[in-house]
Amino acid sequence: MKINPNLAINDTGFAFDPMTGHSYTLNSVALEIVQRLKQGQTEEEIATGLADEFDADPVIILKDLLDFIEILRNYELLEHE
Amino acid sequence: MNKTLHIALSGLNAIDSPGPGVPVARGLREASGFDFKIIGLAYENLEPGIYMPGIADKVFIMPYPSEGIAALKERWEYILSVSKPDVVIPNYDAELLPYIRLNQWLKEKGVASFLPTEEQFEERQKYRLTEFGEKYNIPVPESHSVNNLSELAEKGKHLGYPLVVKGKFYEAGIARSPQEAEDWFLKISHKWGFPIIVQKYIKGEEFNVAGLGDGNGETIAAVAMRKQYITDKGKAWGGITVTDPRIMELTRHFVTKTQWRGPFELELMKDARGDFHVMEINPRMPAWIYLAVAAGQNIPLATTQLAHGEEVKPMPSYEPGIMFIRYSWDLITHVSSFQEFSMKGER
Repeated sequence: MKINPNLAINDTGFAFDPMTGHSYTLNSVALEIVQRLKQGQTEEEIATGLADEFDADPVIILKDLLDFIEILRNYELLEHE
Repeated sequence: MNKTLHIALSGLNAIDSPGPGVPVARGLREASGFDFKIIGLAYENLEPGIYMPGIADKVFIMPYPSEGIAALKERWEYILSVSKPDVVIPNYDAELLPYIRLNQWLKEKGVASFLPTEEQFEERQKYRLTEFGEKYNIPVPESHSVNNLSELAEKGKHLGYPLVVKGKFYEAGIARSPQEAEDWFLKISHKWGFPIIVQKYIKGEEFNVAGLGDGNGETIAAVAMRKQYITDKGKAWGGITVTDPRIMELTRHFVTKTQWRGPFELELMKDARGDFHVMEINPRMPAWIYLAVAAGQNIPLATTQLAHGEEVKPMPSYEPGIMFIRYSWDLITHVSSFQEFSMKGER
């Protein structure tokens, strides 16, 4: 699972896709997920990392994470598999 | 290009449904190392570009294209008696054909242009789009020309609803029922005449390409943008440059296959599956051409250079993420300027 490599993201969470011209604003959690995806982490690794960071149940986090990834897919922000 | 070139151009109606003249002039004005004098060609005495500072050095009123080539030629004889244009850039669809036909005469008078051939102009007409797509293997929505209400009903049944009803040159509407199609048919035909074009409706996102073909299959320039804000007349009021390789591939395919000569605009629709369809091919620069200049491809300049017989190399790239946001601005002028132009037909 990789983020579209063309997506330009800055530290404030503003993302721009130069292929479609669409821009997005990410909140801090979304930004962290996208950055971890960019680093090549798996869904499980991201869920575990976020669970540690926020002291939450990794199962619930994984479910929310998969929902978020589905949104990224719908917006064509994932690299074509 | 050392000497000052005099460029005649039309499309000075920088209104809510703007012509490309003002942005073309702006692109030429900002071309570093070049010195141009702009001669505006206007059809109405309230076209803003006549009065905008820094756009035209001289402006002439012109006869409407519907008045025929003889009237256009007669006006040009006068223009040539008082000024010396080196290049003419017609910027309206409706005047392209008269200028294509007058091309040789103007050339003999020392006025160059860089226009599509009459065949290229004709075969990309809206009412021939289906045939055009088949000939050049370009994805286009099914389109038909209709001249009366029974033909409209028949083609409407065939295409299904919603469908798009379009005028020969301008204006279009989406019809969700046979009644709505009739309404658009009557409204548009009353304004722009026949034929009316009915086109299969494709839901999606609108992208446009401004480009320039050298007439030998080479794409000299091509800049793509996505419309971000669209007016009720379907015009882009905001847009952003994008770099989707599929758009560029489609554009190069169009230029190579048709050997397109001159500037053009491709109007594209990206459907839900991500496939692009060519909705229209405009044989001129679009009103948003200054965005292409700002993104790194000065298409007005390259068009002028090609018209003037200079070699222009293909422009390799442009910057994505460059935006335009159109705005309105009240230009103040004195009635004496208006009077001068209204009475003399030039200023």
